Amino acid sequence: MEQTPYEYDVLVIGAGGAGLRAAIEVSAAGASCGVICKSLLGKAHTVMAEGGMAAAIGNVDERDDWKVHVTDTLRGGQYLSNPKMAEIHAKEAPARALELEAWGALFDRTKDGRILQRNFGGHRYPRLAHVGDRTGLEMIRTLQDHGIHHGIDFHMEYTVFRLLLDDGRVAGALAYDRERGRFRVYRAKAVVLATGGIGRAFKITSNSWEYTGDGHTLAYDAGADLIDMEFVQFHPTGMVWPPSVRGILVTEGVRGEGGILLNSDGERFLFDEIPALYKDQTADSAEEGWRYVVGDRDARRPPELLTRDHVARCIVNQIKSGKGSPHGGVYLDIAWIKEKISNSEEHIRKKLPSMYHQFKELAGLDITKERMEVGPTTHYVMGGVRVDAESQMSTVPGLYAAGECAAGLHGANRLGGNSLSDLLVFGQRAGAYAAAFAKEHGDVRLDQASADAGIREALQPLERERGEGPYQIQYELQDLMQEKVGIVRIESELEQAVEEIDRLSERAKAVSAPGNREYNPGWHTALDLHNLLVVSEAVARAGLLRRESRGAQFRDDYPQKDEHFGKVNIRVARGADKEMVVEEIPVEPMSDELTGLVEEMG
Amino acid sequence: MAATRFRIWRQEGAEGEGGYRDYTTEVTEGMVVLDAVHQIQAESANDLAVRWNCKAGKCGSCSAEVNGNPRLMCMTRMSDLPTDRPVTVEPMRAFPVIRDLVCDVSWNYEVKKKIQPFEPRPPDAEDGTWRIAQEDVERVQEFRKCIECFLCQDVCHVLRDHHLHDEFVGPRFFVYNAALEMHPLDTGDRLSALKQDEGIGYCNITKCCTKVCPEHITITDNAIIPLKERVVSEFYDPLKKLFRVFSGGSAA
Repeated sequence: MEQTPYEYDVLVIGAGGAGLRAAIEVSAAGASCGVICKSLLGKAHTVMAEGGMAAAIGNVDERDDWKVHVTDTLRGGQYLSNPKMAEIHAKEAPARALELEAWGALFDRTKDGRILQRNFGGHRYPRLAHVGDRTGLEMIRTLQDHGIHHGIDFHMEYTVFRLLLDDGRVAGALAYDRERGRFRVYRAKAVVLATGGIGRAFKITSNSWEYTGDGHTLAYDAGADLIDMEFVQFHPTGMVWPPSVRGILVTEGVRGEGGILLNSDGERFLFDEIPALYKDQTADSAEEGWRYVVGDRDARRPPELLTRDHVARCIVNQIKSGKGSPHGGVYLDIAWIKEKISNSEEHIRKKLPSMYHQFKELAGLDITKERMEVGPTTHYVMGGVRVDAESQMSTVPGLYAAGECAAGLHGANRLGGNSLSDLLVFGQRAGAYAAAFAKEHGDVRLDQASADAGIREALQPLERERGEGPYQIQYELQDLMQEKVGIVRIESELEQAVEEIDRLSERAKAVSAPGNREYNPGWHTALDLHNLLVVSEAVARAGLLRRESRGAQFRDDYPQKDEHFGKVNIRVARGADKEMVVEEIPVEPMSDELTGLVEEMG
Repeated sequence: MAATRFRIWRQEGAEGEGGYRDYTTEVTEGMVVLDAVHQIQAESANDLAVRWNCKAGKCGSCSAEVNGNPRLMCMTRMSDLPTDRPVTVEPMRAFPVIRDLVCDVSWNYEVKKKIQPFEPRPPDAEDGTWRIAQEDVERVQEFRKCIECFLCQDVCHVLRDHHLHDEFVGPRFFVYNAALEMHPLDTGDRLSALKQDEGIGYCNITKCCTKVCPEHITITDNAIIPLKERVVSEFYDPLKKLFRVFSGGSAA
């Protein structure tokens, strides 16, 4: 089974915003770099990001700066973020946005020709640099077109299923290609995980097939810590109809441009449920909310722009109390702005072009004239690989993580727009530190026996002639996570979920996906199952341990915040007998400067 | 809705002999072609290869030919197709098939690498930033909407029928060139390459590419024709030609 390995100083797994930004940095540092991605280049999930990239450039409101941004991020994360990461992010995001412009990105402009910034949930000032509602595409294409001239090797449509170690240090990875089923061995002095999220563990999700928690599980299996896995963000507005598109994202930008949420009685229900932490920052009336949307600096934001966790929960409550729309959602209305502006239809098409097309083509609905039906969809995981704030290195030497698969920046809830900036800020850092690590620490030894064992194990589902197929297990897991580990959680159901995941894991060990190795989706699903099961167990166990409601986690049996849990993160790691160990660890301490800022800005 | 018949292209590998195979599956309200293909894959053709990703028309992965028309499968609603005959689904024909509906589009990635990259003018302001008018941004944003689905490449007869892949880069990369050439900050000059290496002259503006673009980019009118005009005025302008003769430059 021996084969010549591909060799790099730094191997980057994933080619979304974080992976590409990391690779560019690795290459700029003079280190050799290979990038492995599951799809074709430029198709990664970043392409779906719509609203924009949060960076306190202060072009639209000069009162904005990194200090306001960091306090917004910490408040949004309910003070469970790694404060140092939140600080680095707020300070470095403007430079990363401007750098993108120097590489060819074209953001929308202010009247005086600078980068325009838009309002978004939880951000005090207009802060999101954007390109209509296709900011992610602009970002990934800019990084792609810049990156292809940097001597980076791209290995497209390969899936990594195992990390290789050399005496506790990361040493490379094993991968297979989807179309032909060939294996590849990679040797690398450092590895950057940039694999994105875990949304496919749930039934209703805005995430693509790629989001199976690969990086989370690769790191966990290699002995790295995960944290904050209980915090899964349910975006308040996904499409609910037709059934085949259920879960597809409807950008928060719709609300940023004045869209309002209504129940079946036509009530703007969010006005009745404004949380104490945000009371002072939220509009009292529809009239004030509209003034905010059109840029009145004295107006406060409409309740539709409260944080995602809150809005999603309020929508669920409306649906549960019988005030939902016909297909089990609520109404999102942007067409109403015709009362306020004369050319509203043209304005909506210009500001939200891909939303206009998405509804027109998939639901046969004109958003400039009609209300949309929306409901919560699994969107993002705040939890991930526990990393050092400065370097992004995990608890495994030489193994780095950036973007969604890393944790620490967002705490209990991520603010919209903080993801694209996260990708760039920490992608750049992970790349720089990984390249430096590779230089300092020299060569690694590739353990051929363990590579062979990994490949043999991966082939097992193909060789088992009898056994259950993988799809049924995947569907059952997705139903289970949606039902019992979703937006509203309770101890008894979380316990049932943990037991059920255990049973599904046993079944997964015996799945059969007969056939050949060439394009065999059953085999791919069989290999994905391990990842989905690990991340699902981590979410359920961490959710069980956190006996409080905070941010994205809502516990029906503990509906309030708990002071004790406000001081801890939940760490998930593999124990000596391969069992999952879940424990509380103290939140990283906040510097005096940040403590002062938080007190000052509330 | 009811049971619907499909004819789907199956092919083992690049060298394998391909052919249509018939399938039937239940089509329900709101379904798109990609849903039906996935359903067939789950029900009766576990090894049917199909490339996809976002399922929302944003990534450009699931390009194929549906009833002979180049389309994104995720944005083609079943209710828009005739029901009196089977729905034919086959891979893009301008590229080699890897397996079934998946084709090898790597040529496009190689072509892009050869195009002169973005090169901005020095920043306008002391803080290292630029000033750009929204209207200048908007002109180029149309081209930057491209999701690289390569349907325009698929339908272009210069590539599809005449196989001039070595001499002609295709509509996608004229749009890419246009995005760079008309970028308000760019200082590069790609006209000579467009004429010599990229074969813009082969395009006889039949607008097939524009018709199939899922992003509704006006490829021919807004990208290709203006580039052709620039090439003409650069290389075929008699005054410029005269100037080149006297200045010792090579005449076109």
